Amino acid sequence: MSDLSRRKLITTGLAAAAGVVGLGAAERIAQRYGLIPPDHGGIYGLGETLTYASQRLLTRHSLAREFARSQISNPPLANEMPPLNDAFKRLQAGRFADWRLAVNGMVARPTSFSLDQLKSYPSHTQITMLQCEEGWSYIAEWNGVTLSHVMDAVGTLPQARYVVYYSIDPDWWESIDMADALHPQTFLAYGMNGGDLPVGNGGPLRLRLPRQLGYKSVKFITHMTVTDNLKGFGKGLGSASPEGGYAWYAGI
Amino acid sequence: MPATTVVSRHSALVRVTHWITALCFFALLVSGLEIVVSHPRFYWGETGNVLTPTLFKLPIPASRSLVPSGYGYVLPDQNGWSRYLHFQAAWVLVLTGLLYVIWGLLTGHFRKSLVPSAADRSWRAFSSAIVSHLRFERPSEAEAWSYNVLQRLTYLFVIFILFPLVIWTGLAMSPGFVSAVPAAVTVLGGQQSARTLHFLVTLALVLFLLVHVVMVCFAGFRSRMRAMITGRVR
Repeated sequence: MSDLSRRKLITTGLAAAAGVVGLGAAERIAQRYGLIPPDHGGIYGLGETLTYASQRLLTRHSLAREFARSQISNPPLANEMPPLNDAFKRLQAGRFADWRLAVNGMVARPTSFSLDQLKSYPSHTQITMLQCEEGWSYIAEWNGVTLSHVMDAVGTLPQARYVVYYSIDPDWWESIDMADALHPQTFLAYGMNGGDLPVGNGGPLRLRLPRQLGYKSVKFITHMTVTDNLKGFGKGLGSASPEGGYAWYAGI
Repeated sequence: MPATTVVSRHSALVRVTHWITALCFFALLVSGLEIVVSHPRFYWGETGNVLTPTLFKLPIPASRSLVPSGYGYVLPDQNGWSRYLHFQAAWVLVLTGLLYVIWGLLTGHFRKSLVPSAADRSWRAFSSAIVSHLRFERPSEAEAWSYNVLQRLTYLFVIFILFPLVIWTGLAMSPGFVSAVPAAVTVLGGQQSARTLHFLVTLALVLFLLVHVVMVCFAGFRSRMRAMITGRVR
């Protein structure tokens, strides 16, 4: 073996080893800082991971655009949705007096909140855009309690990484990371345009997540679970959306 | 090893990035069309929905029953895989484009091969090139080795105007991206304006693609394809 080819062999070997170690380290760092989405497997995993990781680095603390009162869409749009189930209709008949939001999982004080309890917390307002993945959009004034306030009330444990949330329709559930859960514009909204949140827009209680597309702003929220791992939920892809073919992270 | 030097018409980097771009553009076009079908209405300003007036509508059926399309049926919803594919292809295209542009700047590719030569930088040269195109004159032998002035200007326009615009208008629709860079959407006139512009820039790129393919056929499909695949002219 000549010197030249030996040198080449050694450098190639070293480069390959460095590459493998580098990739492994990059993966560990990405996991450590929460840059890998739960639906990272499969042929579209590369694009999803690049989008989620780059947006987490760029937008961790950025605020969604807020608009002037004059820009509120009039009339507001209530989009199509599946028929409401019997459980919902019973609560609706009682004017939602018995509506509960149960929060459990990795929390110090699992709690079942009534709407009045949620309304007794500091109320915040935002005029933000709801943007559907289909292409349409509208602007409304939302009011509600910040999810971070509710998270403080239940006392999330330090190892918490995701909040999983469910509609009264159990097939309709989503999850977000703690960066979104503790973001100041992530609301549990109970009001819209100065009145109660209409049923057509998700009343009595919906999540508002203005930095992501509309399908993450689940309507009719009844249940939330704080967790450090999404593997045990559904098919382990993070939410019902990837199971139906849609991306988990919808900040695009 | 025999010492042969084959002069390549297109360098390996140009050929590889060309075909990756072509593949990504095709994926973006198909998936983009699928996404548009879910709401084939376009607006100007910040917001738009079925309750607001349109700027224009596409006369096609929709994949959502809420959209009044004038057709008695609703197409199947294909947005899931279309969106995954759209953003994946966009990433590959952007990274490929960055590699190409950095390489082109470092090697002088743009200066040597795309910026019109000094002799061509006159109205006379420009108008004579237009006249010969309008007469459908077959390209000369020399044009197998170098681009003419119209080609150069068109490629520069596509690379440095249309592609950056389509990327920008795409990013301007992202609620996450504009939360960090709000000017990206406000200077375009709003989120629905960005969506409309994204569609119009896509039409311009499709028009370029059609003319590009027709010109390749006109100049000699086999020889031009061979040059872009193997690098050799004959």
